[in-house]
Amino acid sequence: MRKDFTLALSVLILLWVGSTLLPQGNSGSFDLSGFGKVPVLADGRFKPLDTVARTSLLMLQGRQRVVEPGGSTVAPVAWLLDVFYRPEMADTYPTFRIDHPDVLSIFGLGSGNGAAGVRFSFAQLQPKLAELDKQADLANPVDAAVRTPFQRAVIELRDHVAYYARLKYSLQPPDNADFLAELGDPARLAADQASLEAMRDFSLLRIVPPAQAPGRPDQWQSVGHSLLAPQGSDAQGGDALRQARVFAGLGRAWRNQEPDSFNTLLSGYRADLTGRFGAIAGKCAWEAYVNKVEPFTSSMVLYLLAFLLAATSWLRWPAQLGKSSLRMMDFGFALATVGILARMWLEDRPPVTNLYSSALFIGWGSVGLCLILERINRNAVASAAGGLIGFSTLIIAHHLSLSGDTMEMMRAVLDSNFWLSTHVVTVTTGYAATFLAGFLSIIYILRGVLTRSLDRRTADSLARMVYGIVCFATFFSFIGTVLGGIWADQSWGRFWGWDPKENGALIIVLWNAVILHCRWGGLIRQRGLIAMAVFGNIVTSWSWFGTNMLGVGLHSYGFTNAAFYGLITFVASQLLLIALVLLPTEKWRSKLA
Amino acid sequence: MTSTWKALIGFFNSLRLTAALLVLAILLIFAATLDQVHLGVWGVQEKYFRSFFIYAAIRGTAFSVPIFPGGYLLGALLLPNLLVAHFCRFRLSWKKSGIWLTHIGLILLLVGQGLSGLLQRDNQLRIDVGQTRRYTESFRETELAVIDVTNPDYDQVVAIPSARLERKESVQHPLLPFLIKPVAYYPNALLRPRSQMPSPLPSLATAGVGPQVAVEPSPVTYKPDETNFPTGYVELVGQEGSLGVFLVSTMIVERQVVTYQGRTWHLIMRPERDYLPFTLTLLKFTHDIYPGTDIPKDFASTIRLKSDDLRDDREIRIFMNNPLRYGGRAFYQAGYSNNDRTSVLQVVTNPSWQVPYLSCALIALGLAIEFGIHLFAFFRRRSATDAASQKSAV
Repeated sequence: MRKDFTLALSVLILLWVGSTLLPQGNSGSFDLSGFGKVPVLADGRFKPLDTVARTSLLMLQGRQRVVEPGGSTVAPVAWLLDVFYRPEMADTYPTFRIDHPDVLSIFGLGSGNGAAGVRFSFAQLQPKLAELDKQADLANPVDAAVRTPFQRAVIELRDHVAYYARLKYSLQPPDNADFLAELGDPARLAADQASLEAMRDFSLLRIVPPAQAPGRPDQWQSVGHSLLAPQGSDAQGGDALRQARVFAGLGRAWRNQEPDSFNTLLSGYRADLTGRFGAIAGKCAWEAYVNKVEPFTSSMVLYLLAFLLAATSWLRWPAQLGKSSLRMMDFGFALATVGILARMWLEDRPPVTNLYSSALFIGWGSVGLCLILERINRNAVASAAGGLIGFSTLIIAHHLSLSGDTMEMMRAVLDSNFWLSTHVVTVTTGYAATFLAGFLSIIYILRGVLTRSLDRRTADSLARMVYGIVCFATFFSFIGTVLGGIWADQSWGRFWGWDPKENGALIIVLWNAVILHCRWGGLIRQRGLIAMAVFGNIVTSWSWFGTNMLGVGLHSYGFTNAAFYGLITFVASQLLLIALVLLPTEKWRSKLA
Repeated sequence: MTSTWKALIGFFNSLRLTAALLVLAILLIFAATLDQVHLGVWGVQEKYFRSFFIYAAIRGTAFSVPIFPGGYLLGALLLPNLLVAHFCRFRLSWKKSGIWLTHIGLILLLVGQGLSGLLQRDNQLRIDVGQTRRYTESFRETELAVIDVTNPDYDQVVAIPSARLERKESVQHPLLPFLIKPVAYYPNALLRPRSQMPSPLPSLATAGVGPQVAVEPSPVTYKPDETNFPTGYVELVGQEGSLGVFLVSTMIVERQVVTYQGRTWHLIMRPERDYLPFTLTLLKFTHDIYPGTDIPKDFASTIRLKSDDLRDDREIRIFMNNPLRYGGRAFYQAGYSNNDRTSVLQVVTNPSWQVPYLSCALIALGLAIEFGIHLFAFFRRRSATDAASQKSAV
């Protein structure tokens, strides 16, 4: 039975992964999946409505799942349809996450009033929106870096409420129960200028394509804009009304819950779009599919499984469980690779473009190195380290995705695929390797101090791996840092500017150099190497996140408040581990002598 | 060899020293990064990197004591450390070639950064569409320009760096019939009409706009979004005596007029200028954003370059990540203002700009060789142990 364990597990996992790859079925009779594939221009790029729904929900409430007050789950796209077409219902869904108790007290609410104590509906917030606005206005002039948690929370909530309110104006006026009828009556339409102007000014989505394909991206317009433009003055030409009728027709069908007319209208619209804008529609359909497959979620589960199997293998069934663990790593790595490649193709960019994708790539790079290391030393150590890093980085990536679309546009200075693919990829590989050396060392410490499972042979092999990875990390972080300097010289005219992110990368290089020099000079031996490599985790996490939290410099993007406490906790845990390894060896449970 | 000399060599020939210096460098860089929130990137460079010691004031006193080595000191210790270690410890051999290359590259990098610190000049060029410019302006340095406008056909300019005013050095120039005597100087000051002040101090100025202006000296700011306004009082002294004390400041944009001996001069404090042996004309400026957002996608200046010797007369497009290198200067697209009608170029003069490229190539090659040797040795040992264990299994 033990022999077949790996095989059986692999088959099970493949079946599960296979099931996630199936195209999305529609749970009800509405073609939600088709609606999710409709392309819009938002945040400067074409994306499917499915992405709009998912990223909006992540941003507003920290997860994609919506539970309506009745207790049943609403799919992200169905939620978006309700926001567009039945806002009075969407307003009752608890989709605003509020953690700060003082912010809740603005609304006279307590955590007992919310779903799971933290999620509240627009209807609950509505009566006191003026007060929220006032508080946010008070907080706004304060420098972002020195705002209190309360100030940050009120500003964030106001932004979220404004985003939600604007989303409602995307396809039809939110207070109009039958926009289709109005569109058919020129006199009524002319009298309702105010609604159309609101739609033009507030809409976040440009969904109406130019009448003449292919056109330029900036010729896509919002419904409000295209309806208000005088005949022939914009790219939509006389097509605006026809387009608006499609969206209003979908709205009427959704409100009246008539799946047949909804699906007919939708398939007609999609066929027309695919005929004229095949490339855009095709990419958006793929993106919606990748959203549904969620390769990184599956990969995260597999990495965790790999870690647990590897750790168990040190106590029982080393050969079989070690093998299974490696197999799970292979699967997880393959899925992550597919996910990263899919993102690269959708974005037309190298793998790392922002903090989110750097998390994906650091995990990917570390796991890739572990797959090689594990095949050199088959002792499940590298599998465990890889599983742990892979899992942690994907968790971090998930938290980073909460700030909005993860495929954001690159600012002018960053808009260089050459430098993104050289500097950013190498320096991120350096981060990945430094983390890997640190995590291998953590395994050394935990096994050595807390268990009896670390024997001399394993300890030596671990130390060798750590040393080798530190060399690798020195090389890549140095090259990456230098390439960054060259990029800076090319775009700003200085090789080195002491920017926080540059300094962070330099500190990683220097720290790795210190480790190597101490080791070559005989200043440290095995335990010293391990302790210093764990400190490398602190150095790298500082460079990766800490520097962004300062709120100064050229790289200060993607700051999150929660990340600050996460970083502090991480640093504390690493210091604790260093203290553990410095305990005299007699106190260790493993006897290495 | 004397024992002191031996001790010195012994001190510098130590890996402990290397490790200690590197750790100190890490601490220095970390502290400097944190301090950027308060001091800004320029202030941090002056305090931490372009210094031998970091000083801290003793609370309650005016004394400052050195508390930490600065960037110059660490660099100055690392350099002999590297050199001595090499000459005393390593022999030239293929096996050590990686280490040699890496460290030579490092020495070059340290020296190159030192040179850049000394030689690099950062200027900017603000230019409107259609305008032609033949000078760039310094970001931080200012000068007092004394412009003889008597002849309607040309101006004759004597420019005095503010640093000389700060050192209170009197300036006597063959083109000027008067002596310029600095009376007071403030690196940064706020100027306000005296009428708006409740009880202003008496003004030092006796001529020009100075008597109507109250001067309030302020601390130098390093914040990226704030500007310093260097301000000073200068007395012009002719053969017959004083022509008056003038208030000069970059905050005063209008020129002050001085007439003497039938000639007319204009006085103005302005950013220091670097005159170019060529002219640049901004033909077009474009600024693209991603549709529906305010994220800049690209900004570009189309420029006509005409050299004084007429050898060059061509059109060039300068955009992000694509600078113009010409005449020992590099022109970078840095920004824009004035509703996309003004393009801002950053102009860098750095004769040693290629040093980092060379040193980095050396280090990269050195590290690749060094770690390649390690990796190769590891795999050879490994296949040897594998072969041995197979033999023992048989």
